Amino acid sequence: HTHILTRWRSTFSRSAPDVASHQPAEVASSFPPLQTYTEEEGMMREAVKKYAQERIAPLVSKMDENSHMDEEVIKSLFEQGLMGIEIDPEYGGTGSSFFSSILVIEELAKVDPSVAVLCDIQNTLINTLFVKLGTPAQKEKYLNRLSTDMIGSFCLSEAESGSDAFALKTRAEKHKDYYVINGSKMWISNAEHAGVFLVMANVDLSAGYRGITCFIVDRDTEGLEIGKKENKLGLRASSTCPLNFDNIKVPEKNILGEVGHGYKYAIGMLNEGRIGIAAQMLGLAQGCFDHTVPYTRQRVQFGKRIFDFQGMQHQIAHVATQIEAARLLTYNAARLKEAGRTFIKEACMAKYFSAEVATLTTSKCIEWMGGVGFTKDYPIEKYYRDCKIGTIYEGTTNIQLSTMAKFIDKEYNV
Amino acid sequence: MSGRVLVGVKRVIDYAVKIRVKPDNTGVVTDGVKHSMNPFCEIAVEEAVKLKEKKLIKEVVAVSCGPQQSQETIRTALAMGADRGIHVDVSGKDYENLGPLQVSKILAALAKQEDAQLILLGKQAIDDDCNQTGQMTAALLDWPQGTFASEVSLEGDKINLVREIDGGLEHIKINTPAVITADLRLNTPRYATLPNIMDSLMNNETELHKPNHRTSLCVGLIPLFETVAPEDMQGGTDRSGAMLRHTVLQSGKPKRIILSCLCI
Repeated sequence: HTHILTRWRSTFSRSAPDVASHQPAEVASSFPPLQTYTEEEGMMREAVKKYAQERIAPLVSKMDENSHMDEEVIKSLFEQGLMGIEIDPEYGGTGSSFFSSILVIEELAKVDPSVAVLCDIQNTLINTLFVKLGTPAQKEKYLNRLSTDMIGSFCLSEAESGSDAFALKTRAEKHKDYYVINGSKMWISNAEHAGVFLVMANVDLSAGYRGITCFIVDRDTEGLEIGKKENKLGLRASSTCPLNFDNIKVPEKNILGEVGHGYKYAIGMLNEGRIGIAAQMLGLAQGCFDHTVPYTRQRVQFGKRIFDFQGMQHQIAHVATQIEAARLLTYNAARLKEAGRTFIKEACMAKYFSAEVATLTTSKCIEWMGGVGFTKDYPIEKYYRDCKIGTIYEGTTNIQLSTMAKFIDKEYNV
Repeated sequence: MSGRVLVGVKRVIDYAVKIRVKPDNTGVVTDGVKHSMNPFCEIAVEEAVKLKEKKLIKEVVAVSCGPQQSQETIRTALAMGADRGIHVDVSGKDYENLGPLQVSKILAALAKQEDAQLILLGKQAIDDDCNQTGQMTAALLDWPQGTFASEVSLEGDKINLVREIDGGLEHIKINTPAVITADLRLNTPRYATLPNIMDSLMNNETELHKPNHRTSLCVGLIPLFETVAPEDMQGGTDRSGAMLRHTVLQSGKPKRIILSCLCI
């Protein structure tokens, strides 16, 4: 516990808190509120907010309609240093913290959740896997590119294995110093633009999940086929494609981590990625809310602003509370992870809750906007369509709840 | 020639904020309100950094006069590419009374101290809209000035400038050292990338200066009587000069001069 307090103190002493405090400095610094940011985090958030408003917002509608992420947006994400937030500057990254990534994802999601998910997957899944498990040679080859111009995709799900991820059937057969991979993957985000794919394949199906291994597969590998992207309800600018592996040859040195340990890595990464998705859903809800409340303050019916009707006020206040709660769950899960404490249950709670809040918020926002909320001329309906995936990907709501229940069961087992 | 450029950056209320007048009419509400770098100062920083990237100047020094929080503004300039910062600490009553003449004296003194070749400023600040600091600084230093610049190019030890004036565009050539004030179309300021922000936080090269008492004694040069919001617009009213004449005649005596702020 002392260790945690010291960490908080040192974080705090690097900066002034965002919110003015009237408490004596010592008390305030021991237990700062969750919405306390280091100077670094504060500056990053401001910079990303501005960048997203000016460079991404004008393109959101078009990207959604065409189901296509603008190349300019991808390029500027790299230029701004948003794709290698935790990567060491030695490899061209920004060298910042996990919490900074969370803030960045939240700010991006306020403007476009599709852009946020691209940034989230890169930072919380791909980069983290390379940083934690990569050999010096692998880091040398890939980290620099991941921070500067190359997108990565994480390939776990298949047509027959979603929640039951470890029932995956893609197999890898060992030959001398390479593996031959056959099979297919489905629902792979970022696939349209990815330059590298982290493919989970099983080297020994008879060993069950203990055969799952993580392979680094370059885009230009012969036999790798990227299928046509899905025509989705929401997050349309984020490409989601099936992949096919037809006798692709992957050298042994392209195994990330150890053979048969892939399942561990997948779970580990998804625990962290969960917080990223929570941040995305949080930003989505906040962004939608921020577009809607001004409207309710302007729109006049029966001689007063619709905001002034008590029924409306109660609904708006309720949703605002839910968003605040989602924010605290998300920020706390992120800080727990950074502090090296157990965070899995809290991460599940954050993701589950934020996704539900996003669904509630967007649904209510359309109602508050009335007829115009139902048209594509206003951005609200897009948030409504985008939110649904939050309850599905990176672990469905039911999976989150079951995972939480396992922890609760253990807690009471004394 | 030192190849050093001083860039003035002012911390102002963010342009997107809805300004509110204080209930006692002594000014506008600044507590808890979002502040950021004056947009014209951003353009000035961008121009300075561009000149450095073209290797036409060697060092960009960002200067801000104000309280502790002005350091955030300097950090933003560092994140955009400035090399170091100077924070001139002005707070409390002195800060409330800080105006273009005092700032000009500070900048002039710093320019001599730093052996600056160029001073780049925004043409005006969006809070007081004075449009005086650049001109005053040049006068105090007896340097040429190129104000409302929409194009700047260095030619040896001279500067070619295109100025935006009422009649159109004016082309002038001035000697260095000089003061230039940036107009809107001079450039599009870059975003501070995250790696640059990290670098700026590692940068401990912001000096703290206290203004000498001669400057701080120049208090309250422009007495402020009161600050009021403009009246709400009524539909269909004749807003021509006839209206003004009518109200003056009605009250019988000349109206007292008040400084009113534009609140939208």
